[in-house]
Amino acid sequence: MKVMIVGVGGQGTLLASRVLGQVAISEGHDVKMSEVHGMAQRGGSVVTYVIYGDKVYSPIIEEGEADMILSFEELEAYRYISYLKKGGKLIVNTQKIDPMPVITGAMEYPQNILDKIEKKGIDVTAIDALPLAVEAGNKKSVNIVLLGVVAKNSTIPYEKWIDAIKTTVKPQFVDVNIEAFKKGYEA
Amino acid sequence: MEKKLMLGNEAVARGAYEGGVRVVSSYPGTPSTEITENIAKYDDIYSEWAPNEKVASEVAIGAATAGARSMTCMKHVGFNVAADPIFTVSYIGVNAGMVICVADDPGMHSSQNEQDSRHYAKASKIPMLEPSDSAECLTFTKQAFALSEKFDTPVILRLSTRISHSQSLVEIGERDDIGVKEYVKNPSKNVMMPAMAQKRHVVVEDRTKALIKFAENCEFNKVEDNGKKIGVIVDGITYQYAKEALGDKVNYLKLGMVFPMPVELIKNFARGLDTVYVIEELDPVIEEHCKIQGVSVIGKEKFSMIGEYTANSIKKVVLGTEPPEKYAVDEPIPVRPPVMCPGCPHRATYYVLKKLGLVVSGDIGCYTLGALAPLNSVDTCVCMGASVSAALGMEKARGKEFSKNLVSVIGDSTFMHSGVTGLIDIVYNKGNNTVIILDNSITGMTGHQDNPTTGKTIKGEPTKSVDLEKLVQAVGIDRVRICDPFDMDAFEKVVKEEVAAEEPSVIIAQRPCALLKSVHYGAPMKITSDCKKCKMCMKIGCPAISVNEEGNVVIDDSLCNGCGLCVQMCKFGAIKRVGE
Repeated sequence: MKVMIVGVGGQGTLLASRVLGQVAISEGHDVKMSEVHGMAQRGGSVVTYVIYGDKVYSPIIEEGEADMILSFEELEAYRYISYLKKGGKLIVNTQKIDPMPVITGAMEYPQNILDKIEKKGIDVTAIDALPLAVEAGNKKSVNIVLLGVVAKNSTIPYEKWIDAIKTTVKPQFVDVNIEAFKKGYEA
Repeated sequence: MEKKLMLGNEAVARGAYEGGVRVVSSYPGTPSTEITENIAKYDDIYSEWAPNEKVASEVAIGAATAGARSMTCMKHVGFNVAADPIFTVSYIGVNAGMVICVADDPGMHSSQNEQDSRHYAKASKIPMLEPSDSAECLTFTKQAFALSEKFDTPVILRLSTRISHSQSLVEIGERDDIGVKEYVKNPSKNVMMPAMAQKRHVVVEDRTKALIKFAENCEFNKVEDNGKKIGVIVDGITYQYAKEALGDKVNYLKLGMVFPMPVELIKNFARGLDTVYVIEELDPVIEEHCKIQGVSVIGKEKFSMIGEYTANSIKKVVLGTEPPEKYAVDEPIPVRPPVMCPGCPHRATYYVLKKLGLVVSGDIGCYTLGALAPLNSVDTCVCMGASVSAALGMEKARGKEFSKNLVSVIGDSTFMHSGVTGLIDIVYNKGNNTVIILDNSITGMTGHQDNPTTGKTIKGEPTKSVDLEKLVQAVGIDRVRICDPFDMDAFEKVVKEEVAAEEPSVIIAQRPCALLKSVHYGAPMKITSDCKKCKMCMKIGCPAISVNEEGNVVIDDSLCNGCGLCVQMCKFGAIKRVGE
């Protein structure tokens, strides 16, 4: 299983991928993950890979290979759509964050991204995670709301996800993140 | 034993802990930083952030000489800074084991060049190990200390971004603490001056011969014979890519020790094979070794010397297979380069420097992003510290008047690393430069490490902090100004005065990094109905400010941290804090 988590630096993609990795371990899989740090993080486009199965070699995912892409932002979903394998699943947060070329007016944010993606015959689940995160008690828990949506679309039991959140997230944030997870799972 | 998912860097730290390391000194640098951050979590290891990689290496050398197993960690370009002591400790050898970790960055995810550190192993004649996943990061590091003592040499552990920053499963073990070995004065080994060094060089050459013998059947180098006619020789991450791409369709020689390399092992591996590929990122280090030994291999004529490899790129060369089908996007997608965070103090600095039209000699850190749109302020960026010394070079080339239109910008941590030496050069050699120290109270880019100016050690303990004002005064700068770049009018006035001055000057631009936990600006800002859509507020390039589909300027309150810099940009008072 090859899952890509994409978004904008600072959105919390790294924590989401670490929880997912923990879930995969609890299922008895071999797991590899690849992350980005440093310069690449600062509000730029970020990608993490989570790969699990009987035996995993490469820690990265290439074009046409991802079984699932979880995107925290619409434009980033569009940017990485070439990585989805034919018949793969896209889960996308409907937040839009203008990149610098759009802010400076050099380019326009592409219109109707979700329609364009659906027209390619891609299985898309779109969700506005920010209000759900706010309802859960912390706007920064968007990442775990989205993970709830991923869980809903997986065959891994609910409890395994809750356990993974408990072991991965800092103790003081466990409750709010479980609440956020439920919001995504039930959405 | 329970298996744990670990970052390669965390596994190196665990391996060092289990290997009995007692002293670790490093300077942060992506992708190596988390090794030392994780080391700091072990109470029975002394750890520190040094001002730079040369100092860090010397601390590790001193510790190893005095009898404690030691380690120093750096990124590839940090090795350039540390190379001086490292080349000579190769001659001295060790008392207790010493490991030098160097993390390369193929693909330059967070670096200014793509140098291949394996050349350093060959040049300094120090054995180099190269793990291919987190499990090997742990075991190789642990074994490196014993190897170091066995051959009386430091050992280099080479990592790359994909090894350092990928997570895979490891099994953790017990700490093997050998204690502190006896220290015995031994000038013929520990004092490197010509008479002694000439004798030690002989020892080094003999040691390399012994290490080649060791490499022929050591546990680091492995053959996987699948009974095929094609063979691949791989190291580090390319082992994983090759396994992913080629499975059991080829035979493998995996080199876990890339200096010195075995000779007979390679010849035996190649014997009877129709084709042997060397699959190594960056330079043809293994390939050249094979060719010198008369082993016919295919290397860089088929594989790139640039960037990272992938499983599919290897599959295409070796098996001729095309990559999988993919979904195409048929319109240009705006790029999303990294940007300064909302609330970043550097945004104000660069807005002023751009407004004044100054030539900006830049440096390494978050503030290198000042080269990008819309601030487009930074003219040059070479390496840590070069902003200061290169500006002196510019002045000597083009004269004092040019220098009155020129500033250097350098962060607090980078200034401590190697900026102060350039400033001494400016004073000593009668430069007229203006240096702006961007003092954001932390080492920002690598993820908030303390440094000699922050008043805290790596473990968060209070310590003396270097007083930047007194320091620059002590080296002979009489004009020192301290100001807050967020007060843009006052900051602009100071910059104008200092560049015009008839002597060198330093401006300490103080404002903490917006990501520090201690920084709270309050509620986010909003654009009110007084907005005239002049878009002046957008000229500072804050990612929280954009124009929506109706053409209105808006502030995204999930991104805005309420710093209020945009308020200064608005002539119509149309930006207010939410709730005010």
